Amino acid sequence: MGKHDPRTPLIPERDQDKRPVMECVGLGIDFGGLTAVDDFNIAIGPTEICGLIGPNGAGKTTIFNLLTKVYQPTRGSMYLEGIDTRHMNTMQANKAGLARTFQNIRLFRELTVLDNVLVGLHNEMSYNLGKAILRLPAYWRSERIAKERAMELLSIFHMQDMAYHKAGSLPYGSQRRLEIVRALATNPAVLLLDEPAAGMNPAETEGLMENIKKIQETFQIAVFLIEHDMHLVMNICEGVAVLNYGRLIAKGTPAQIQNNPKVIEAYLGTGGGVADA
Amino acid sequence: MKQFHIPMPVRYGMNTILIIALLLVGHLLMESGVLPRAHANNVIQVGFFIILAVSLNLTAGYLGQLPLGHAGFMAVGAYVGAIFWRSGLLPDGASIVVGLLFAGLVAALFGVMIGIPALRLRGDYLAIITLGFGEMIRVLINNIPTVTGGAQGLLGIPRHSSFLVVYICVVITCVAVHMLMKSRHGRAILSIRENEIAAESCGINTTYYKVMAFAFSAFFAGVAGALFAGNLGILVPGEFGFMTSINILMIVVLGGMGSMAGAVIAAAILTSLPLVMQGLAHFHVISYLPGASEHIVRYILQWIAQHRMIIYALLLIIAMIAKPTGLLGNYDFSLSRILEKLIRRRNVGKAEKGGADHG
Ligand SMILES: Nc1ncnc2c1ncn2[C@@H]1O[C@H](COP(=O)(O)OP(=O)(O)O)[C@@H](O)[C@H]1O
Ligand SMILES: [Mg+2]
Repeated sequence: MGKHDPRTPLIPERDQDKRPVMECVGLGIDFGGLTAVDDFNIAIGPTEICGLIGPNGAGKTTIFNLLTKVYQPTRGSMYLEGIDTRHMNTMQANKAGLARTFQNIRLFRELTVLDNVLVGLHNEMSYNLGKAILRLPAYWRSERIAKERAMELLSIFHMQDMAYHKAGSLPYGSQRRLEIVRALATNPAVLLLDEPAAGMNPAETEGLMENIKKIQETFQIAVFLIEHDMHLVMNICEGVAVLNYGRLIAKGTPAQIQNNPKVIEAYLGTGGGVADA
Repeated sequence: MKQFHIPMPVRYGMNTILIIALLLVGHLLMESGVLPRAHANNVIQVGFFIILAVSLNLTAGYLGQLPLGHAGFMAVGAYVGAIFWRSGLLPDGASIVVGLLFAGLVAALFGVMIGIPALRLRGDYLAIITLGFGEMIRVLINNIPTVTGGAQGLLGIPRHSSFLVVYICVVITCVAVHMLMKSRHGRAILSIRENEIAAESCGINTTYYKVMAFAFSAFFAGVAGALFAGNLGILVPGEFGFMTSINILMIVVLGGMGSMAGAVIAAAILTSLPLVMQGLAHFHVISYLPGASEHIVRYILQWIAQHRMIIYALLLIIAMIAKPTGLLGNYDFSLSRILEKLIRRRNVGKAEKGGADHG
């Protein structure tokens, strides 16, 4: 791991001597002739909250799609807890410990809130088809435990009362929160959040920040998040990576990033602003 | 506020009693000879179509794909069942069970074969592939006369499809599909329909569940095919054409994609339509109508009875305009839920008038 040293300063003190839970080396993808992401390197500690920022169209979501194998990378590799993910598909990446939310919410809209979480718990249950159809004790036990677990997870965001509502009928903010709960249900080692505060008002964002921290602490997992809300990023992220035109232009603590001239230029160039954070 | 729920064992008990009561009533009606032959036969046909619609609903409604070759699976099951029964390898009772299972399993094998292209294709493309598959089966049956009797037909199939046998198959199909859908496996199938990428991101093996849904669906279509053979006693490949697949799809669409109760009700109504119209045309009340109108009404009813497909098409158009989600949408009937609602309403009525209640 020594030769990737330039990436390690991002990892917080407490995770320094542990193996990174997720590591990307020279990750890149081309769409036709267009290079959307190039030479993406990062290592994330097992209990770190890390941010990924950058102007619109920089390639942030594309990186999440690479990590979760929605796209296969053109170049480079990604390791989950030291295991090469080269031959994995999306389902296998999830089983290996990656769970995510989507920038354009992708809930199971016609299913209830509870069923959405239960789909997340699919692999936590193990009864087979025969046991399901014959309603053997294994089915009842497994379903009961899963339902209790789902309710417990929903209670993080105080959503138990909505359990039997259709997911598609929830207000926008609740839909975002439900996506996080569903992702958590899959028992991940790394939680990827794609613009979790998008469309939320300041009060909701404040609540979300607390909850992201709470989730990281109670589950002892890593969180890797894309976010435009600088207040959120600067407050809860321990490390921040900045992407512009598909390339990393800076990495460091929030304070270092805020004062990095390259970052300021990238944002000013597109009309956004880090300075107002 | 804790809502009233009927406990699970009571619920299962209630449904079991209902199923047995229906069986007894049906059996009495069918075997006592009270029902005219045409009506008795209609009841049996409603049975096949319920199985066909409920099984197609698994892929068309729950998985969210659009297969057009359901009659192909039915044909496979019909010929496998018929050939097995004709062989007389086993004594009657065992032969019925083994023949039905065998018919279902071979059809399921075809289901897996058609499920594999379904992994890559969807929408219109899948519809065309499955349509081709259905026709291919028909042509194949036509061209191996030594096994299937070819266009001449397969004769002398034992009449195994009594009311009892068909009824039990209907119940098993509905119960099995219900139990599947209310389990982690069923939720996995639904999640694919809702959002495939999200399903994969939740660790759902979408490949496995698509093939499973197709195999399951084909299995029951195969069973329905064998029942069909055991009812007619003769098979000709023409029975399993494209129109039969469309017919089944129409039942599912009219009943409501993803609603089992809808599929059952629509199967009963659409299958009985010609008979009911015929019956109405001969209803003596009509002869009291004044002058020529008697003949006109009778003519219209008979025309409807004979031009079933035109009526289906009209119904479909009306449904698409008035209620695009079908008769029941994706609502599913549950006796206990209705009872629970009634009891809750009474309790609420006692406490105060009104009150927020959501299903
Ligand atoms: N499937 C795709 N095909 C072609 N181009 C794509 C595809 N996905 C993303 N891109 C391109 O990659 C670039 C980065 O997009 P994205 O990752 O969504 O940006 P961000 O999330 O940072 O706003 C954009 O220019 C986009 O058009
Ligand atoms: Mg994005």
